[in-house]
Amino acid sequence: MLGLAPLGQAAADEFDKSVAALRAVGGEGQGNTAAGQALQRLAKGGADTLPALLAGMDGANLFAANYLRGAVEVIAGNTLAKGGELPLVELGEFLLNRSHDAKSRALAFELIARVDAEAAEQLIPGFLGDPSVDLRREAVARLLGQADGLAKVGNKPAAVLLYRQALDAARDLDQIKSISGALRELGRKVNLTLHFGFLVDWQMAGPFHNKDRAGFESVFGPEKNAELSASYDGMDGKVKWQGYSTDDEYGMVDFNKPYGDLKEVTGYAQTEFVSGINRPAELRLGCKNAWKIWLNGELVFGRDEYHRGMRIDQYKLPVQLKKGGNAILIKACQNEQVEDWTVQWQFQLRVCDATGTAIHSATKKNREVAAQ
Amino acid sequence: MKKILLTFTFAALANGAAAGDWTGFRGPLGNGVSDEVGLPVALNAKKHISWRIDLPGRGLSSPLVVGNRVFVTASAGTRQDQLQIICINAADGSVIWQRQFWAMGSTMCHNKTSIAAPTPVTDGRLLFAIFSSNDLFCLDLDGNLQWLRGMTLDYPNARNSLGMASSLVLAGGVLVAQVENDSESFTAGLDKQTGVNLWRADRPKSANWTTATVQKIGSGAEMLLLQSGDGIHAVNPKNGEVVWHYADGASTIPSSALAGGVLYVPSHGLTALELADDGRSFKQKWRSSRLRPGTASPLVHRDRVYSLNNAGVLTCGDTDSGKRLWQLRLDGPFGGSPVVADNHLYAFNEEGKAQVVDLSAPEGRIAGEMDLGEMIQCSPAVSNGALYVRSNGRIWKIARKTQL
Repeated sequence: MLGLAPLGQAAADEFDKSVAALRAVGGEGQGNTAAGQALQRLAKGGADTLPALLAGMDGANLFAANYLRGAVEVIAGNTLAKGGELPLVELGEFLLNRSHDAKSRALAFELIARVDAEAAEQLIPGFLGDPSVDLRREAVARLLGQADGLAKVGNKPAAVLLYRQALDAARDLDQIKSISGALRELGRKVNLTLHFGFLVDWQMAGPFHNKDRAGFESVFGPEKNAELSASYDGMDGKVKWQGYSTDDEYGMVDFNKPYGDLKEVTGYAQTEFVSGINRPAELRLGCKNAWKIWLNGELVFGRDEYHRGMRIDQYKLPVQLKKGGNAILIKACQNEQVEDWTVQWQFQLRVCDATGTAIHSATKKNREVAAQ
Repeated sequence: MKKILLTFTFAALANGAAAGDWTGFRGPLGNGVSDEVGLPVALNAKKHISWRIDLPGRGLSSPLVVGNRVFVTASAGTRQDQLQIICINAADGSVIWQRQFWAMGSTMCHNKTSIAAPTPVTDGRLLFAIFSSNDLFCLDLDGNLQWLRGMTLDYPNARNSLGMASSLVLAGGVLVAQVENDSESFTAGLDKQTGVNLWRADRPKSANWTTATVQKIGSGAEMLLLQSGDGIHAVNPKNGEVVWHYADGASTIPSSALAGGVLYVPSHGLTALELADDGRSFKQKWRSSRLRPGTASPLVHRDRVYSLNNAGVLTCGDTDSGKRLWQLRLDGPFGGSPVVADNHLYAFNEEGKAQVVDLSAPEGRIAGEMDLGEMIQCSPAVSNGALYVRSNGRIWKIARKTQL
């Protein structure tokens, strides 16, 4: 029951049944027919059903969330077009309840902002640590504006503190760059590697071949035995694991540095990530080479695309970390292209939660860096 | 503003779209040619911009027009993950409805393109909109969601870090989605009522931004012509089976144009393939390296073929022989494909400059220009005496004022 008892039990049951049909939609269009019919029924509801429709998104898959959004958009649009009102208090209460899905809460905020911009503005400061990255962004933007204002009038100490507060909350790259730039202009140090949680200490093994791009599917030694003491038959003889630490601010791990600017090659990198608890996390990878990634010996994902672009958090891979050491192994393949923009043979990886908040490996070194 | 006598029948008519509607990428025939007459030629912003409105998001997909409604897609948000479908009143530019959905696939793309790069398609009753994230939405023309698909959720390696751009087409009553990329590359025929796969065929593992063309093969049947780096595959849209294959390679950016039973393929310059009426075979008619198109797709009008290269040179060739007839330098570069109406070619460059070429002049003649002042990368829509063109931030209706 999604809280529509005032409609009458039969109507509430019908509502729940329709929402259930949307939540049952699966891949490849499974359940689309029933969902389409259910959506037509739900879209006939009044504005008072909006909070319940938003609640229907809790724990739903993305297909269902979008179907429900379809109903929300139609009801809100029709209500406003006819001069009706949206249930602002209920939407606000929904928004403020952080146990609801982040997307649906952000949608509730959008509805509130559509009809009462002033009320929406007043809610923004409360979003600073919000699980919704969209809501959090609003609060960071507000803080950033205030800090800029203080910096402009020469109140450096207050500006620095506001920038620090904003940086702590910021999860979007553009905001992080703005804030860190401002702090550095004010003479303060910023450790972006730590903020993002990029993994910087690795062991590398290579090169192996990638002739005709066959290396992606080939199973080389490190995939069979990743012991640091192991040696393998590489492209030009025996290869062993060798230590590599990157000092790149954005954690770029560059195979060209130890091996030279090679083509048609495959390299491996591994590291250990120490988690204090068993927990869900995301491995977030940026890579413009073909790659595969394993966690504790299990293949997480792989992709055979070359030189189509790279960015931070390009791939978000949900995983389960176990308490203690977690072995991360990455394979990166370089292809045969010779253009200037195909030189890169590299990746960047961080571990974070679903909001993009860095999870740091519980190593002594990390604790020392964080304390600085 | 329609010609009284139409020289062809739009297949879409049977489905609800009317003559004069602009129903998909490069129009109802997919070749950028309109039978509209009376469009403005000597363009003048004060006289000919009927309306201009801000769009809530970015995009370079083409607008569609059904009756008095203009449909356009866009994307917004920090991560460009808010996918928008907007319906606009063609008469006055007012927004009739707007829908927004969350992207389910990747929203990474090159800065120059957009998540709203592919053009939607309509049968006049339903609107099908796909985005670079491989998310596909079917709505009725009043904005009611009918069904959706998230094809990168279904097939996780179906994505392109530079962005996807192939537009949807309808062929033989089947909705065709090209999801062709370096990894999990496929084209799917979908049931347009439910969105489920009727078939899904592996395609060359290579990024591809072209849009398919559709050949009518008699008794209402149609053949799907899929272009890729491997050439052209003629495919039965009912089951995905390959009927024939032109295997001499083709571009992965400009799309082919079909006119008079001949397919003009961006392949080794431009290659003309004469298609059998029954759709079962083809034979090469001519090939010309001098007619090589750049990003914009070639156009065929009457007995002339036109291509725009990346330097902004418009080249006119003879459709019968492929012989180059004349060249005219326009101000480029062009990211969007031009259209032809009433023997005039309308091209919008990336600086936002509209250029109208009088094709009846012996060597072409620039007959009109107008600066919209914003980057234009879409192919315009032509409908009911008006052109519709969009930038990343706006959409314009361009028509003689007597339209209003």
